[in-house]
This record gives sequence, C-alpha cells and structure tokens, in this order.
Amino acid sequence: MTEVVATNETILVVGGGISGMTAALEAAETGKRVVLVEKRPFLGGRVSQLYKYFPKLCHPTCGQEINQRRIKMNPNITVLTMAEVTGLEGEPGAYTATVKLTPRYVNDNCTACGECAKVVEAEFDNEFDYGMSRHKGAYLPHVMAHPMQYVLDPRIIGTGDAQKAKDACKYDAIDLDMEERETQFPCGAVIWATGWKPYDAARIQPYGYDRFENVITNVEFERMADPKGPTGGKIIRPSDGKEAKNIAFIQCAGSRDRNHLFHCSRICCMASLKQTHYVVDAYEDAQVTIYYIDIRAIDRFEDFYQNVRAMDNVGFVKSKVANIITDKDGNPICRGVDTEGYHRYENTHDLVVLATGMEPSVSKSDFPVDIVINREGFIEPDPANGGVFAAGSASDALDVNRAVQHATGAALKAIQVVNRVAGAEG
Amino acid sequence: MSDEKKFAAFTCTGCGIGDRLDVKQLEMTATRDGKMPSCQTHEMLCSKEGVAMIQNAIDNDGVNHIMIAACSRRAKIEAFHFPTVAMSRANLREGVIWARPEGDEHQETTQEMADDYIRMACAEVRFMEVSQPSGEQGCVENILIVGGGVSGMTAALEAAAAGFHCHIVEKEGQLGGWAARWHKRIPFRAAPEGTPNTLTAYLPEPVDNDVADLIAQVEANDKITVHLNARVTRTSGAPGRFSADITTESGQLVTENYGAIVQASGWKPFDIDSLPKYGHQHPDVITNVELEQMAREAGDGPIKRPSDGKEVKSVAFVQNAGQASDKEGYLPYHSGIGDLVSIKQALYFKAQNGDDCDTTILYNNLRTPGAAGEDFYRSGQQKMVTFTKGEVNEVANGGNGATVRFKDKILDEDVELPVDLVVLDIGMVPNAGPDPYAANESLEGMSDEDREEAKEKMASETAVTVESILNLDYRQGTDLPQLKWGFTDSHFICFPYETRRTGIYACGPVRRPMDIRQAQDDATGAAMKAIQAAVHATHGEAVHPRVGDLSYPRFRKEGCTQCKRCTVECPFGAINEDEQRYPQFNESRCRRCGTCMGACPVRVISFANYSIDTVGQQLKNVDIPDEFEEKPRILVLACENDAYPALDQAAMSGQEISPWARVIPVRCLGSVSLSWINDSMNSGYDGVIMMGCKRGDDYQCHFVRGSTMAAERMRKVGDTLQTLNLEPDRVAVHEVAITDIERAPRLIREMEEVIERVGLSPFKF
Repeated sequence: MTEVVATNETILVVGGGISGMTAALEAAETGKRVVLVEKRPFLGGRVSQLYKYFPKLCHPTCGQEINQRRIKMNPNITVLTMAEVTGLEGEPGAYTATVKLTPRYVNDNCTACGECAKVVEAEFDNEFDYGMSRHKGAYLPHVMAHPMQYVLDPRIIGTGDAQKAKDACKYDAIDLDMEERETQFPCGAVIWATGWKPYDAARIQPYGYDRFENVITNVEFERMADPKGPTGGKIIRPSDGKEAKNIAFIQCAGSRDRNHLFHCSRICCMASLKQTHYVVDAYEDAQVTIYYIDIRAIDRFEDFYQNVRAMDNVGFVKSKVANIITDKDGNPICRGVDTEGYHRYENTHDLVVLATGMEPSVSKSDFPVDIVINREGFIEPDPANGGVFAAGSASDALDVNRAVQHATGAALKAIQVVNRVAGAEG
Repeated sequence: MSDEKKFAAFTCTGCGIGDRLDVKQLEMTATRDGKMPSCQTHEMLCSKEGVAMIQNAIDNDGVNHIMIAACSRRAKIEAFHFPTVAMSRANLREGVIWARPEGDEHQETTQEMADDYIRMACAEVRFMEVSQPSGEQGCVENILIVGGGVSGMTAALEAAAAGFHCHIVEKEGQLGGWAARWHKRIPFRAAPEGTPNTLTAYLPEPVDNDVADLIAQVEANDKITVHLNARVTRTSGAPGRFSADITTESGQLVTENYGAIVQASGWKPFDIDSLPKYGHQHPDVITNVELEQMAREAGDGPIKRPSDGKEVKSVAFVQNAGQASDKEGYLPYHSGIGDLVSIKQALYFKAQNGDDCDTTILYNNLRTPGAAGEDFYRSGQQKMVTFTKGEVNEVANGGNGATVRFKDKILDEDVELPVDLVVLDIGMVPNAGPDPYAANESLEGMSDEDREEAKEKMASETAVTVESILNLDYRQGTDLPQLKWGFTDSHFICFPYETRRTGIYACGPVRRPMDIRQAQDDATGAAMKAIQAAVHATHGEAVHPRVGDLSYPRFRKEGCTQCKRCTVECPFGAINEDEQRYPQFNESRCRRCGTCMGACPVRVISFANYSIDTVGQQLKNVDIPDEFEEKPRILVLACENDAYPALDQAAMSGQEISPWARVIPVRCLGSVSLSWINDSMNSGYDGVIMMGCKRGDDYQCHFVRGSTMAAERMRKVGDTLQTLNLEPDRVAVHEVAITDIERAPRLIREMEEVIERVGLSPFKF
C-alpha cells in the first residue's frame, strides 16, 4: 500500500469520478501535490458505467483513457482506492484528514494476469452492472479499470476460494492478511467530488420498479446498451429475454416531485433522448414513447432534441404517468392523462425505462466536516466551508461537461488556499 | 549528458510470457537483430527488483536508451517511469500471448509475432532521442483577460487570488458588461437545508445586483490592471511569451507580455426586429434586456408601459422568441436561461406593481434545471405567476398595450391575450471574432476547382466581416475557432476547456449561453487552465492531451521546400511562416500530435522521440517471409488514444488477433506519413490498415483534424498503388472507437480475406 506523503500544501480530492479525477489532474498538472481518495476499487465513477455521452454519442471510455494516462504519468498524484475520508479536522491551510482503507487483498504486484479469477468459484452480483451480471470472487472491476488490479471480494475471505486465489498467483500479489486500517495526513485544501447516485426507483410505488421485471432504470438501460455490459449490448426484456422494441421512457421519475426529489436532475431528458438513439439504432421497427413534463434540452442541446423529435417512430406525450400495471405476458402498461388535450391513455410497451434522477451520494450526516448544503443535499459554495470546495455533481445535478467545467474551477479554488500557505511559509 | 546513445534491452517473462514464448530466442532477437548490446531478463520486470535492475543500468552503466519487452505500453506506466531516458516497449502480453490461442499449431506464428515486436521496439529506440525542452519557451506568467464583464472580472479575481497578475482589456468605458445593467439577478442557490416541504415555505427570490461589488474588488486588487476603452489590436507569440498590443480609443498603445489569455468577450442580444411577428416594433412590446433597464429605472416603484406611462397591470412573457427553431432567421438554439430570467422579471412585477399584476409566462418546454432552478420556478408559482404552455403565433399592437395570439397547448385552443406589456425572451448571440475555418467548412466536399472559386467569391462578399477580438497574427486566422453557431466552445465532453489555440481559453457566454453563476464557475475554470498553460510553457512541456511531453517538432531547413502544408494542416494553428517563408513552429502552441510530420512531403519534420524513422524503421525491421511461406504481413497503424487501447482490450477479453498483424501505435492518424505506406508496400507487406478516430461533425479525434487530414491524404494512395500495380484494397482506413473491442480485430481479419482474394504481395524479396 502506498504511504501517503503530504504537507499543508497538499490538496485532498475526495471522490475519483470524472469530477474528482479532473480536479486532481488540473491541480497536479499545475505542480501541486494531490491525494485522490476513491471509495470503489477503481477510478472513473459513474461515467465508467456509461455507454455513450450526449450529444455527441461518443464513448466516455475515450476520455477516460486519456485521464487515466494523465494520472499514471503524474508523480504528483497519490491515488487511494477502496478508501473513505472519515475525519477532517483543522482549518484552511492546515487540515488533518483521516482515511479508512478497506483491504483489496491484492497488492501492487498484481499484473492483472487473471489467474486468480480462473480458480475462484464463488460468484456475486456485479455492482458495476447494477446487479444485472455476476462477477467472480476475484475480479477485475472492468476492462478499463485503473488501477489495473484485481480485487478479492471480502465474502470469499476465510473460504477455500481465497486460498485458491492466493495459490494461483505467481507474483505474490494476493495478501489475505490485509486488514482495514486508518491513515492520517495533512492537507491544505479539500475538493469534495463525491458525485451522485440514482434515486431509489422502488420508492416511486405506482411505477412498480420493485414488482415488475420489465420496469428498469435509465442507469440499468445504459449498461444494457453497452456491448461490454450484461447483455452484450442487446436491448432485451429482463423477464423473458425478448427483444425490447417498444420502449417507454418516463421522465422525472423521482425528480421535480415534492414526494421525492424537489430538484430537476437536468441530465435525464438528454439521457432519454440519447437512449432513444440506442433503441432506434438497434431495431428498424423500434417504437419509443417519451412521457415528459418539460423536455429540458438546455441551450445548445436543442437540436439534439429536435432531431429525435423528427424521428417517425418516436412519440412524445406530455404527461406524468399515473401508474404502471402489467398484462399476463409481463408487458408493462403505462396509464395516465396526456395533458395536451386531456386524453386518457393506456399504452402497452415491451419495456419501461424510468429516467430516475440524481441525488447526492453523500448525505449530510456522513460528511466528516460541517458543510453548507441546500435542501436537496447539494453542497453550496459558502465561505463557511473554509478550504473545502465542492466539485461536479456534489454541488448540483450536472451533466459530465458541466461537472468537469466545475471541477476545473474547484481545482483553482484549492490552489488559491495552498498557494497562500506556500506564500506564508516561503 | 553525452550525446552518445547507450542502449540496453530488458525482457519480462511474467504473466505467461515465459511459458508461451521461447525467451532465449527473444533475447537473441534483441541482441542480434535488434542490435542491443545486452538483453536482461526478469521474471517480473515491473516488480521492485525488476525496476531496480533497469534503474541500475541507467544510473551506473550510463544507459540512456532502453527497450522493454513486456506488457502493453498502456500497462505498468507507473513502474516503467524513466523520464530521463528514451524508451520503447514491445507489447508481448496484450499484443502477442493474450491475442493468440495456445497450442502447438500456433506456436511458430506466435513466436514470430513476438520476435517481430522485439525487432520493432529495438529499431524504434535506436532512432529515438531523449526529449528535452526546446529552450524556446518564455517564462511570463501574467494573464491577459479580454473582456471586463462578469466572466472577465471573475477570471481576473480568481487568478489573482492564486497569485497571478492579470490585465483586463475592456472595450467599454466601464467594467461590468451586460450584467451590471440588470435590475436584479437570478438567485444562485436553492432553498437552504431545513426548508420544510410546505407550499408556503420561503423560497429564493431575485437577488440585488452585486456586480458593483465585483467591480470594486477588481479595482482594489493590486494584482489586476484594467484597460478601459481598449482593444487588443495584435497578439503574437505563444503560451509563456504572448505579446499583445492594447490600443485605447484615444490611440494610446501599450505592448505587454503574457503567459496565457482568457477570452471573455461575452454576448449580444439577438436582433428580434428581424422577426416582425413578435411585434417588437410596437411600443408596448419590449425585450427582456429592455425590461431590465425599465425595472431598474422604476426603482422599487411600479413599472410603467412605454406607450402612455400607465402602470402595468398585466404582462405576458413570450419565451424563446426567435430561438430554438430551424426556421430561417431564428436561432437554432436557445439561451437555456430565458425561463429563469422571465420568472425573475415576473417577480419584479409582483414586487413593484403589486400581487394583483397578472404575469403570464408562455412557454413550450420550461427549463429551470438543477436544484436552484427548480426552486426558483416553485418560487414563481408560489407568488402566483401563471405558466401557460402555448405556442405564440403573433404579437399584435393593441394601441396601448399589446395582444398575444397563441395556441394553448393544454386546452388545445387558440387564445388572444390582451396585456399592458409583452416581454420577449430573446436569445444570446456569442460575441466572437471571425471563425478562421468558417470558409473551409462550407467548402467541404467540393472539388478543388469549385472550392477555389467559392473561396474567391466569399472573400469578395465578406469584406464587411465580424470584428476580431484577439487579432492573432497566426497563419490560420485572427481568432478562436468556433464550434457551432459562433460559440467558441470545446468539442469534447470530457474536456470542456480544450482549445484549438493553445494557451487561449474562452469562458462565459461566448462559449455557451449562460447566466451569471454559470459564467463565474466557467471563468474560474478558464483561469485555472490559463495558469496551467503558462506554467507548462515555462517548463517547455506540452499541455493536454500529451501533457508533459517535452518533444517538439524540429525540421531540417535544407530539405524544406516551403510547400506550407504543415502550416496549413496544423489543427492548432501553431505554425507560422518566418520572413523567408520557412515554418516557425512556436512549440508552446504545439500539441505534439505530429500532423505536421504526416503532412510533410519531404519528410523533414520530426520529434526527438517520434519521427519518420522511429516508425519507418519499425516497419522495415519486421521479418517479411517470402511468398512460399504463405504468411502474409499486415501493417496496422493505430491511434494510440483509441484504436490501440481497443486492440489491447480485445486481447484482454480473450479475442484473437490475426497472427499476421504487426501493430504500431501512432500519436494521431494525422501524423502518418505517406512514406510509411509506400515503404511498407515496397517492402512486401500484403496489406496496410490505418485505424483512427471518427471524423466529420461529431469528430472524436483528440487532435481535431488529424484523422480528417489522414483520410484526405490517403485518397492519394490509390495512385501510388496503381504505379506499383497493386490492388487498392490493400490499404484501408477505418474509424475505430475505443469501444470497438470486437470490431478492431475483425477489421484485421477482413484484411486477411482481402489478401486471400487478391493474393500475396509481389514485392516480397
């Protein structure tokens, strides 16, 4: 395990998604020392689970390759994965961070040769595919993972599988005696880039996400479209594996709703328009219906919306779907009122995709430091936050482009603090 | 450091390399064919001991050129980090053993692949030099900020707070731009923590204009110098050594040096008079920009209608007037903030004209994104602002007042709404200079002849053009290239500050329509990038995406024919021409993509660690079996950012790659020299595949035009092949994405099929 070398001029970045990576890189490439702390065993965050971006329909992996190369080549950055910040004491220019490190049971000797996975038998739900696939008890989180190292699932520790994995490793990379530990180090400024999580769709009871197999979320659909995902890129129904050609997207599933999330999650309209492309690209006889309140294709994205709107096989219904029921074949039926003219509808689809919104992944009580947030739990820029700055979707519901933009600015905010320390000490 | 090259080779036998390959043979290949004086083997070269072995050779034996035969150059980068030497890597793991099935029947071809990759890596490193900074770089770190609105002032304050000196150049007589004229601003924040979930809970309201505070902070900051009534009349140089002429209205000229530039030239309101249906010609139909002035002049008192001074008791807001439509004369985009602005303005009426003032917002899709946006929408609803989904057909004069005719989309009926005042939500037009590539884009797809003709026509027609903001004395135009509709934005989602003019960063509404909060966030980011560019320039290093690269283009002047292709094709406008018309590379503008090298017909341009020879010698050192062996050779030139990782991942996922393929990563397809294609054909390769990024409107090439340039050049390959009497199918150019894990190996198999069809190359010796 890398020992952390840090001073009061070091910047701590919490969260290794695209915002955290960006903030870390921008600061490090300006000559600052950075410690980047990520909870999962790899960097990249939710972006690594996306198949394509809107509006270019290009692949997030492409930028990730560049960002990962930048990180690998930059000696200013120390990356701690499977790590969480549990304490932060002090003041701007003089913080002490406490970081809890969860054992990976694999050390830096790992060459990602994959021999351990071949011998392990136990399998678990794969969080990377939102449980739609399984991974072995020794696994590489995904083929682009950084660090490019395997992980032992803690559930195999103490079982025969763990020993088998260790015996299969020729490089002494598996260390079953690793234990959870804590480390403390100084830092001058902190960038909080803990990102978002999808809203728990099961809480929207009328939509039956927890009851109907053919009602899924947009993040699950994204994995389904990915050729590296659980279905090999095939858009099919979970219930029977049938090709899903008639698909409904329900916008604001949880967002703009005082029973769930007050805020507009900003990305979901564009995400559904993007996912509509996946469907029409996959099937010539595709039929897509988008149930919406307002289509929020912001500023320059308007033409992306207009292009989808112009497709013959895509329909838009201004309506908040009242509820979903299913027929005997498991087909979900969306029921509600089209507010443009007040028509009742009852439409049968192969698959319903809930455009679930984003909420901050860290709740107020889990912040190790007092921080100003708004009602929705997003961090507000406030002098009371001292040397702690939010970056990306920890600050608001943002798309990737805006999150990266925001994170770049956050890097400068942190640099201002550590430069003042340097000035005072120099 | 002595100039003498001292070589050493290292081979790893870990990860199955030693089990699958004859390592003695590999060592012999490195020393005999690869001409390496030594080849040391380690069972795990990336381990501490393995790395120490290499470090020892560097420290104690004076080795300055190393060849590492192990895993892909994308793997174990941290372990094999030897910045002081030239290094090549033979990809024996992902490139060979993982890409080939086990079994005796495959052994011979697998070993041949590995031996070839060793020969190639040895040849590459023999022709490499250690990269060192050019010494050209300047060391000025001051930042020039063009535009003194909220974006420019914020960029200056943020850069100054990090210790950097800034100059703001503002064309008006005062700072503040449009925002200084607003009555109030949209609240930045959502409802605070603890706000209850009730219909009457306090929600954010319009906030007093605080631009004056920002101006005061700028004026009080001793790191910021402000030039008012001034323009940048000439910019030359490069990051770290920009020189700008700042000319005031009175004709005063100051010339200063800067490390980097932020362009915050802002926006202007769309000219709604060009669309008479919105009725702006009528006295009581005004734009949202004009309303700000009226509301401000009214103080806290009621807003009055212009025609007769009557207090406004009903007002309609027409959203997206002249925006979001592909109809002739409309903006194809919308400002994205117009709905928030109208809510803010509706609340002016509620506050200043009384709760009983009817305020109707006629929208199609209401766009109030995020937490703050949605709360502000709720704030408007709470104060009884009416939101009607309607499509406005016409705004007619009502004598005093005006009538809006619209289709109510909910009730599905035509409505006439007479009001005292109509406010038009008009769009934001970027205030950018002329786009250096505007002409080229409209000419794409034309024949050479038509293109010349069209160019001449355009030159005469565009005598009255947009005024330049930066007046760059660059070979490729005076201003920042534009993405779309005049916005100088980055094309990349992951990299919003990517710029095609290194060291010059746009921010604020010139980049994308945005409100004050977004502009301030954006300006902070742009200031970050400007500082970073200046810092990199002082070290002579490249910026993103080849960040830290010390190599830079050099050219052999004696051989240069002054054909200017390099100066024209550089995607970043980095290359100027000197007085004698030779290229002048301006290395701190350069992004090291090598497009100039690929463009050069006489092969005089090179980088220390990447040149015609470092690639050319690789392909020449592949062992080409004679035709009787029936082992074709397929050269694959793969973009190192996308196609090469796709092939790596294919191997990692257990896919086979043809044993005939020999893959060479290139910085960008734009760097591919036609000479490599000619050489490979002449030396008996049976096929050549080029894998680059997507080109066209939604290009994914990290060097913007590299992939496009390569495709254009390769059109001419057909002639060469004809002269050699070879089938054109033997050369293929493909767009390959990093996710094409199955497709990339398939494309190589398809070339195998072509070769089966047309036969082996007759050029085998």
